[in-house]
Amino acid sequence: MLNQSRRDFLKTSTLITSATLGLNSKSKAASKYVLSEDRMGVLVDTTVCIGCRKCEWACKVAHNLPTEPIDTYDDRSVFKEKRRPNDKALTVVNEYPNDFTDKFPIDVKVQCMHCDKPACLSACIVGAFSKHENGAVFWDSTKCIGCRYCMVACPFQIPAFEFEKALKPDIKKCDFCYKDRTFKGKLPACVEICPVEAITYGRREDLIKAAREKIKMYPNRYVNRIFGEYEVGGTSWLYLASKDFEKLDFPKLGKDPAPGVSEAIQHGIFAYFVPPVALYALLGGIMWINKNKKSKEQEQDK
Amino acid sequence: MENMKPKMMQKNFFTPTVIGLTILAINGLIFLLIRFVWGIGAVTNLDNQHPWGIWIGIDVAAGVALAAGGFTTAALGHIMHKDQYHSIIRPALLTAMLGYTFVALSVMIDLGRYYYIWHPLIMWNGSSVLFEVGMCVMIYVMVLYIEFLPIVTERFIGRVNLPGFLKKLNKPVDKFLRVLDRGLEKTMFVFIIAGVVLSCLHQSSLGTLMVIAGPKMHPLWQTPVLPLLFLLSAISVGFPMVIMESVITSKSFGLKPETNILADLSNIIAPLLGVYLAFKIGDMVIRQTFTYLTEINTSSVMFTLELLIGIIIPLRLFLSNEIKKSPTGMAIASFLVVLGVLMNRINNFLVAYNPPYAQHSYFPSIGEISVTIGFVALEILLFRFFVINFPIVSVPVYSTPQTKFAIRGGSK
Ligand code: SF4
Ligand code: SF4
Ligand code: SF4
Repeated sequence: MLNQSRRDFLKTSTLITSATLGLNSKSKAASKYVLSEDRMGVLVDTTVCIGCRKCEWACKVAHNLPTEPIDTYDDRSVFKEKRRPNDKALTVVNEYPNDFTDKFPIDVKVQCMHCDKPACLSACIVGAFSKHENGAVFWDSTKCIGCRYCMVACPFQIPAFEFEKALKPDIKKCDFCYKDRTFKGKLPACVEICPVEAITYGRREDLIKAAREKIKMYPNRYVNRIFGEYEVGGTSWLYLASKDFEKLDFPKLGKDPAPGVSEAIQHGIFAYFVPPVALYALLGGIMWINKNKKSKEQEQDK
Repeated sequence: MENMKPKMMQKNFFTPTVIGLTILAINGLIFLLIRFVWGIGAVTNLDNQHPWGIWIGIDVAAGVALAAGGFTTAALGHIMHKDQYHSIIRPALLTAMLGYTFVALSVMIDLGRYYYIWHPLIMWNGSSVLFEVGMCVMIYVMVLYIEFLPIVTERFIGRVNLPGFLKKLNKPVDKFLRVLDRGLEKTMFVFIIAGVVLSCLHQSSLGTLMVIAGPKMHPLWQTPVLPLLFLLSAISVGFPMVIMESVITSKSFGLKPETNILADLSNIIAPLLGVYLAFKIGDMVIRQTFTYLTEINTSSVMFTLELLIGIIIPLRLFLSNEIKKSPTGMAIASFLVVLGVLMNRINNFLVAYNPPYAQHSYFPSIGEISVTIGFVALEILLFRFFVINFPIVSVPVYSTPQTKFAIRGGSK
């Protein structure tokens, strides 16, 4: 109830704000990239993942990040704590208890979701992020000024910052192995190494179809939801799970794209510069009238 | 009739307070040095969950709001042409100029790659709220410097006195200043209106900044009308800031407080605060967020305090006539408004921000606090320096000089 009315209010007041501030210019809102029909994605089946963390290792190697040898990744004690991707590891796997059997805990790989309507891209002050044809959301080091607004904006709290560096600190996040692999038609490093095919790379639409099929075939195995299909306008990474996603630390998000409201306000205020210019003219008019009034009064005084 | 005219204050720069402030400023600068040598992580408590701390929440967000006195007095004095307020325009302008300079500095020290601060000038992202705020603030700082220029020309025309071999340049510099002054006088209205427009834009956009954080921000604060609330609060904090600073300046330079002007200003504050309060409560009622106030936690307490101390109590105070007879009373009521807006900005940017995977909550480090306090101390010191060395504060003069530079030009 509460949520419903809040969402409605959100919508109406956004409309009011943009209407009162000038024109409602939907036309301009974020049309910088075109979402390709054939954009790719990755389907993560958390019921298949065995938590071997080979993907963590492969990711580090692919991105020239320092890493321990691969056999150290067998150590399952890291699962005691919940970890997050950071500037030293762009993807991590967390483990959650399985309510039905202790034998098969649920392992969830976490990384940037490569949103279809990325909040980071909309927010970045210099436009350092770009959404590519294959779905990758890529960060450009030559532009970034290190303001960290993308971190404030991302609904999944993914971008990480190199706080320890005094010079040229980077924003670090999964880049879909864009430059070296997916751009050239190769698999992402994590997908390539996964020994049990828990993660599948493919056309996003095909993946959704496949996921639906899986849910239909094994209704007892999965909750009836593909996380990422609609969340914040859809994401390239998609998840299947046997348990409520919220219990697996997925954020509770609506279907509206994360940057939607702020972009509507923004473009309302700046609709073709009409509102600022109108305000300027209005103030100029007031100033002129008051000035004339003053000089008339002074003349009468004389 | 008694006339007010801006004069340089005849005072020594150094007092015990000034020395204390200097120590605070130096302390801040030391931590700043550490930040530049070892990185942001070495000085701050920021992490991947808490990308922004008090350098953004207080130094930038609150800093911009508290410098609003500049554009509100300009609107009142220049655009509405209420001449009786002319004596407060210069101090307010100086505060705004210093305030925004330090806002820019704070942004700079908080940027991971501060040496790329010019990037937004050539790399545009129209959908980014931060981009818009950045551009507006950048242009507004320039406008403020231009608005301040006439004070500089007034100070030096007829008194250019360069040392040593530069003496030869005295005449040309003087001439240049006079030309500049005349040019500025004719075009100033362009900048004054631009200043007000730019202020309205970025004061409100500063509120839009957190909208994109969506559910990461506590529903008590997260609302699509944030830009409006930010603009209204900025407008209502402008005059209290001017009053506070005027009373303090009068005290520290041993002048008679301008009780009448300040009381007139106070009359405007109550309605402004009322409008802000109405929107804040209205927003809460429409979104039904008052339900969050029934649970006691940091957010609900901070929200209530912000509302009570920052709006309701000062509103009541400004409605009483007793208060308006005493400069101290007005200063206290004003202080509450200032405190309220400061709390509001801290709440919006830090308290309300609940990152989804935080292991612990954010509290500023000694280093962050030192830098913030150091910057405030520096600002006060610079304010004092300018008030002593430039004609900022108005004092009563009894003979009314008609021509602008005649007296000073002749006396030297
Ligand atoms: S998950 Fe965050 S960082 Fe990744 S694309 Fe979406 S908004 Fe950007
Ligand atoms: S930190 Fe870099 S990438 Fe992130 S918003 Fe700022 S400039 Fe853009
Ligand atoms: S490599 Fe595959 S099975 Fe192993 S943790 Fe990663 S996703 Fe799971």
